[in-house]
Amino acid sequence: MISPFPTRIRVLGLAAVLAAAACSGGGTPTTNPTANSAATQAAGSCVDGSITASGSTALQPLVDAAGKAYTKLCPNSTVNVQGGGSGTGLTQVLGGAVQIGDSDVTAESKLATPDANSLVDHVVARQGWVMVINTGVTGVTNLTTQQARDIWTGVTTNWKAVGGPDQAIVLIIRPASSGTRATLKKIVLGGADEAAGQALTEDSNGAVTTAVQSTPGSTSVIGFAFYQANKANLTALQLDGIDATVDNMTNGSYKLQAFGHMYSKGQPDGLTKAFLDYMLSDSVQHTLIPSLFYAPAQ
Amino acid sequence: MTTPTLPIARSRLRRSLGFTERLDVPRRLSLAAAAFVVLMVGLLLSFITWNGVQLFAHSGVPLSEIFSGTWHPDPSTQSAAIFGLLPFILGTLFVMVIAALISMPLSVGLALFMAEVAPRWARSITQPAMEVFVGIPSVVYGWLGLTVLVPFLRTNLHDLGFTVGFSLLAGALVLSLMILPTITSVALDAFVTVPGEMRGASLALGTTRWQTIRHVVLPAARSGVITAVVLGMMRAAGEALAVQMVIGNRPVIPTSLAQPMTTLTSQITLDMGNTVNGEAWNEALWTMGLILLLISLGFVVLVRRLSRPAKVKP
Repeated sequence: MISPFPTRIRVLGLAAVLAAAACSGGGTPTTNPTANSAATQAAGSCVDGSITASGSTALQPLVDAAGKAYTKLCPNSTVNVQGGGSGTGLTQVLGGAVQIGDSDVTAESKLATPDANSLVDHVVARQGWVMVINTGVTGVTNLTTQQARDIWTGVTTNWKAVGGPDQAIVLIIRPASSGTRATLKKIVLGGADEAAGQALTEDSNGAVTTAVQSTPGSTSVIGFAFYQANKANLTALQLDGIDATVDNMTNGSYKLQAFGHMYSKGQPDGLTKAFLDYMLSDSVQHTLIPSLFYAPAQ
Repeated sequence: MTTPTLPIARSRLRRSLGFTERLDVPRRLSLAAAAFVVLMVGLLLSFITWNGVQLFAHSGVPLSEIFSGTWHPDPSTQSAAIFGLLPFILGTLFVMVIAALISMPLSVGLALFMAEVAPRWARSITQPAMEVFVGIPSVVYGWLGLTVLVPFLRTNLHDLGFTVGFSLLAGALVLSLMILPTITSVALDAFVTVPGEMRGASLALGTTRWQTIRHVVLPAARSGVITAVVLGMMRAAGEALAVQMVIGNRPVIPTSLAQPMTTLTSQITLDMGNTVNGEAWNEALWTMGLILLLISLGFVVLVRRLSRPAKVKP
């Protein structure tokens, strides 16, 4: 690949300085149209080229939307976004197949130490999960962490014990290797095992949602966005009396959340850096992220 | 087998051949294609085998551990990781055999109907119907299973233990439908190749059509029918998506038809995207792939033995 970066970065640097000057100028509006467009460019940090991000399906909608928005801003750059799962993202970014690996879990928890150390973590968002139940289970609106833990570890097996009807609890969950399970295990179960061989496993958020909708007495944990899309057919539960909302996730009171990571191999440069910076820009963090039911990274 | 006169005839022929004929491009092309296929299979086998043994070689899991019934790949506060693959191996074998048991009478009966009984117009319906069957993508079978079969089992067989509907039986039923065209078409070929003279001779002795089928056609096509069933079972073992959608994916050793369980293919697809290369969990998935490969190799050997022509008794 031929790298046009050095001159480009210098131009951008200049633009950034101009932009900073424009901003620090306080109330003085700049009249120079050239400086103005350069400032816009700096905000978008346009670098031509094409990169690929792959991995976490939970982060995929966000990265995909951000990629499209970035291309709209900078028509000469393309951000390809693929799913495949967090493991795929980490494996591919480590092997150099993609420039960015999206993951729900830290590289340290998945990769051997030397490999994990060669990756640079960029926390771009927080993602939340909602405990949902089949709409037929009435009278349950809230679970304490302890109650949820008892349900998922198989101590509580009937809805009666938590104020619901006399009905057996059916656990439905995504695979043990998924970010959903890792988060549930860490936050709700305190690192303990789920009831061995009790839960039904479904591959995707979509399949889990369908299964909970149709299975009486069932409960699961699904991503915020999937809950929003299927609100009418599921009942959401509070965790420790806190509603599962973007606001509560943002202010930290809703606990069932995890960071969304985007990994680069070594320090990012070129379009990879520009795009990762864009992910942390105000327009993504405060406009795009809440609209897709994620929370800002900070 | 060559007859003694052939080499002479061939060498005479060769002298009259032109340059291009002697170059024999078609022969070389087909030889290259054959060599390519053999090479690919060889590479595939060695690649999967190499990856499949990493669980033992790289992660140091003892071989005996994979025959345990405990699948606990994610270490927790209570227990270290245990890679027992028995639930998956048994699950795969169970769905495979049960699906074949359900599908065999239907598909062999259908093949018999098409070969021996059906008038021309009926065959002109069943043949395209079979082809449509083959063409339906497995996700459609799975979707139908998830939205129709699973709720049906849950509502109607609730008292028999189908509390959630996701079950071994649901997986086997979906699979039995999917392998139906495979078994039917191979069995049909076997019936069609039974020489008409044999049927004629039988009917001339005054037998009914059923007696001819029962005592002449079926025995003559026996090895072909068994091959058909084994091929169907191989297809069942390899199917992932449709089964995964209805079987519940619960990694326990199945004890009843009503119980949710899992299979090798299902677990591989569930976990492969979320695990990374070099992780013991990922290596265990490769080992599952290797076991699946060994199961189908076993079936290939079986098919080859069965399709050998039966020895004629003196």
